[in-house]
Amino acid sequence: MTLDLALFLVLACIAVASALGMLLSRNTVYAALYLVLNFITVAIFYLLLGAPFIAMAQITVYTGAIMVLFLFVIMLLGAENLPAPNALPWQKPLAIALAAALFAEAAYLLIVKARSLGNVLPPAEAINATENLRQLGVALFQNYLLPFEIVSILLLVAMIGAITLTKKEKGARNG
Amino acid sequence: MVPVDYYVILSAILFTIGVLGVLIRRNALIIFMSIELMLNAANLAIVAFGSVIESFSGQIFVFFVIAVAAAEVAIGLALIVEIFKSKRSIDVDQVSGLKG
Amino acid sequence: MYFGESANYGFLFLAPWLIFFPTLGLLINVAFGHKFSERTIGAVASLATGAAFVVSIALAWTLSASHADVLRWRLAEWIHIGAVSLDWTFRVDALSATMMLVVSGVGTLIHIYAIGYMHEDVRFKADPRRFQRFFVFLNLFIAAMMILISADSYLMLFIGWEGVGLCSFLLIGFWYEMDTLGQPSWSNSYAAKKAFVVNRIGDYGFLIASFIMFWAFGTFQFDAVFAKAPQVSQGLIVAITLFYLLGVTGKSAQIPLYVWLPDAMAGPTPVSALIHAATMVTAGVYLITRSAPLYSAVPAAQNIVALTGAVTALFAATIAAGQYDIKKVLAYSTISQLGFMVAAVGVGAYVAGMFHLVTHAFFKALLFLAAGSVILGMERGHHHVEHAHQDKSKKGKKKQEDRGEIFDPGDMRNMGGLRKTMPVTFWVYMAGTLALAGIPPFAGFWSKDEILLDASLHNPTVYWLLTIAAFFTAFYMGRQIWLVFFGTARHEAASHAEESPRVITFPLIALAILSVIGGAINLPFTGFHHFTHWLEGALGKVEAMNLDMQVALVSTALALAAIAISWFLYGRAPADAVRRDPLETLGVLFKGMNGKWWIDELYQALVITPYVKTAQFLADVIDGRFWHDWFHDSVVVGGFNWASRIGLNVYADQKGIDAFANSLGAWTQSLSTMMRKVQNGFVRSYALTFLLGVVLILGYLVFK
Repeated sequence: MTLDLALFLVLACIAVASALGMLLSRNTVYAALYLVLNFITVAIFYLLLGAPFIAMAQITVYTGAIMVLFLFVIMLLGAENLPAPNALPWQKPLAIALAAALFAEAAYLLIVKARSLGNVLPPAEAINATENLRQLGVALFQNYLLPFEIVSILLLVAMIGAITLTKKEKGARNG
Repeated sequence: MVPVDYYVILSAILFTIGVLGVLIRRNALIIFMSIELMLNAANLAIVAFGSVIESFSGQIFVFFVIAVAAAEVAIGLALIVEIFKSKRSIDVDQVSGLKG
Repeated sequence: MYFGESANYGFLFLAPWLIFFPTLGLLINVAFGHKFSERTIGAVASLATGAAFVVSIALAWTLSASHADVLRWRLAEWIHIGAVSLDWTFRVDALSATMMLVVSGVGTLIHIYAIGYMHEDVRFKADPRRFQRFFVFLNLFIAAMMILISADSYLMLFIGWEGVGLCSFLLIGFWYEMDTLGQPSWSNSYAAKKAFVVNRIGDYGFLIASFIMFWAFGTFQFDAVFAKAPQVSQGLIVAITLFYLLGVTGKSAQIPLYVWLPDAMAGPTPVSALIHAATMVTAGVYLITRSAPLYSAVPAAQNIVALTGAVTALFAATIAAGQYDIKKVLAYSTISQLGFMVAAVGVGAYVAGMFHLVTHAFFKALLFLAAGSVILGMERGHHHVEHAHQDKSKKGKKKQEDRGEIFDPGDMRNMGGLRKTMPVTFWVYMAGTLALAGIPPFAGFWSKDEILLDASLHNPTVYWLLTIAAFFTAFYMGRQIWLVFFGTARHEAASHAEESPRVITFPLIALAILSVIGGAINLPFTGFHHFTHWLEGALGKVEAMNLDMQVALVSTALALAAIAISWFLYGRAPADAVRRDPLETLGVLFKGMNGKWWIDELYQALVITPYVKTAQFLADVIDGRFWHDWFHDSVVVGGFNWASRIGLNVYADQKGIDAFANSLGAWTQSLSTMMRKVQNGFVRSYALTFLLGVVLILGYLVFK
């Protein structure tokens, strides 16, 4: 067992555990924090896969911006526990069964397709951050310039949309 | 050396957990977080594959996914706030006005 | 080559105008006739036919100048289906050119005559507006006849054949709502119907022959058929020729289908002259002559044709001798003379047959027109007498009853002594009579003698039948002359008869001249066989025959004897005393002659009555009682009622259709109630369904 494999296994256990924590925790705040942990683990995976820029973006955007926004909303709405009576009694077993089936199918397909692809790059080669960053920047601003600009417009639109949605309209009901 | 299958399996596990979160939990915020988890699982698979074939395309794609996710969260959280304003609850089961 | 040869010659391009001119005339009269005066209508129609005559002359001249046997002018593509390839082609050869000249020439004279005749006829029958219709029909007939004559194939000939049949029907039934005496009745309509139905039987033969022909030859074009004839089996050609003979017996009024022609006299007299004497009825003779190569190939069929013609000639001549109606006599005379022609073409004497066709067209048209003039004269006299009566007694209303009977201007027993009151008519009638009786040197003598000569050489039976028929011909014409023109008037009307106006007498005189000198086209002396040589182009080499003194003397002697006998019987006695026919002493024989040998009654008993009985049986029993009363009312309606009341209402409708529809509704309702639960408004539930779909699709990919 090599070192990077060991590292992978440890991190994978953390990721799955934190995801399960998010899924199972009663408290919404805890769930959000578990998710932050999960995101950070994934960011480390990105580093291991030779994608330091994505790793940084993951931490800043997801953990930094998105999850903070989640926490803000949780604070705003109150991290309440929902009352027990469940309107859909069959939902949970069915969901578990279907999810299991989905996992089985996805794993089967992905493994069958991906096995031939071989190994990911060893971290020693992948870690060359400066080179990676340079190449990524060139690709982003040369080949993918148009999608990049469109994404910027999308973000602008989302910003305006969020403002419009939450804005209190003049003369509207208090609520 | 880590085979790419491992990453893929991990990605599938995370994705399935996200699916379960969406289906089982009634808290709109948790559901939303589960969606983010699913996105992350997909991103992880993409980057892993990109690393195997030594291509930047996967990273670029994930970059765009992150950007779009940011936009999505902005709108989604705004909507949840609005729902809460009208229903006084973030239980998605309360939002069943389109019942047939 | 086939069409190219035709394009270069003289006036050949005028060929389609044979049809276009009469059609133009009838269209003008149809469109504007109601605004024209009678004179204009008549002038348009006569000019149209006259133009066709000019075209015929031009075509005949072109033909003789070109020294070709046949000229063709292709007007248009007609039928191109599979193996059939027919063009609308005009055929100009000696045969068709002869017919064109006769039809348009005699036709023009009759048109002119008809202007005067119809002027009075429509007034006697009290419907002057029909004047226009008459000339439209007349022009239509000329057009159809031209199609028949100028045809280059049997199919095109058939178009004209049917066209003239239609015109014949329309014109026989011209005064469809009255009888020949102008009394309200449907007898004219019946006559028209009879002509049409009897002709239909003949047309059936024509069609069957054409079908066989197409099956055996694969074409309708004359020359192609004749060229292929030697390769076709004798039996088929016999069948074709005999079926065509059936068509001929219909159109040319031969035994057994002649019965329509006497009744066809219901049409106005110009129609009788043009259609039922000079032109249309000769179409059958023309058809056989045209098919000469086919008939010459099968002697058996030729014999049947000859015998049919000869028997008809004698048979009709005996009937003609017993008739009292001036037009009926001529009608049977026409049948008889057509028999001569058919017999002639039957023995292979095509030239003689055509020769007689031409001269007959002259003198028979003349006789009919003159008879029409006589009838008009009698009508005028009748009117004169009536007016006189009215003025004297002032009891005009009762005059008809006083007299006790309706005046028949065509009955020869009412006539007598017209020689003095109608001198022009008398003289032209004499010319026609002598021509018909076969007295030399009138036209009829030459043509009839040529037929007799040919018959004597080829078929003695036919020769003797025809000779006896010629005797009867002279007899009945003599009888007619004595009864009509000599003696004294047997009726007031006859004594006051008036001569016809010039528009009527002019065509009479023209035709009389032709009847006198018409024989000159083919005198039986070496160097005078013009007509024979002219027809050689169409019929091939024909042996021109000179006068045979024996045949000529026998026929002339018989004719003179017959006239003498008729004088003895009818001319000698004071006419006013004889209301009883001297022939009545013959007893049953005369009854037979007068009663047309009861052929109409025979047909009535043999064909029509069984037919009507069968039709009545079918109508009353099969259709009425069985089909309508029993099957429809009982089975269908009753069954329907029963079924609807019991079976269908309860079982089919309520328990079947209703139940099905209701259960469909209920099922849909319950299904939707069930489905409604799926649409529960819970987002998570929808997501679950979504996931189910994803799992299924992935499962498909896995197990693909």
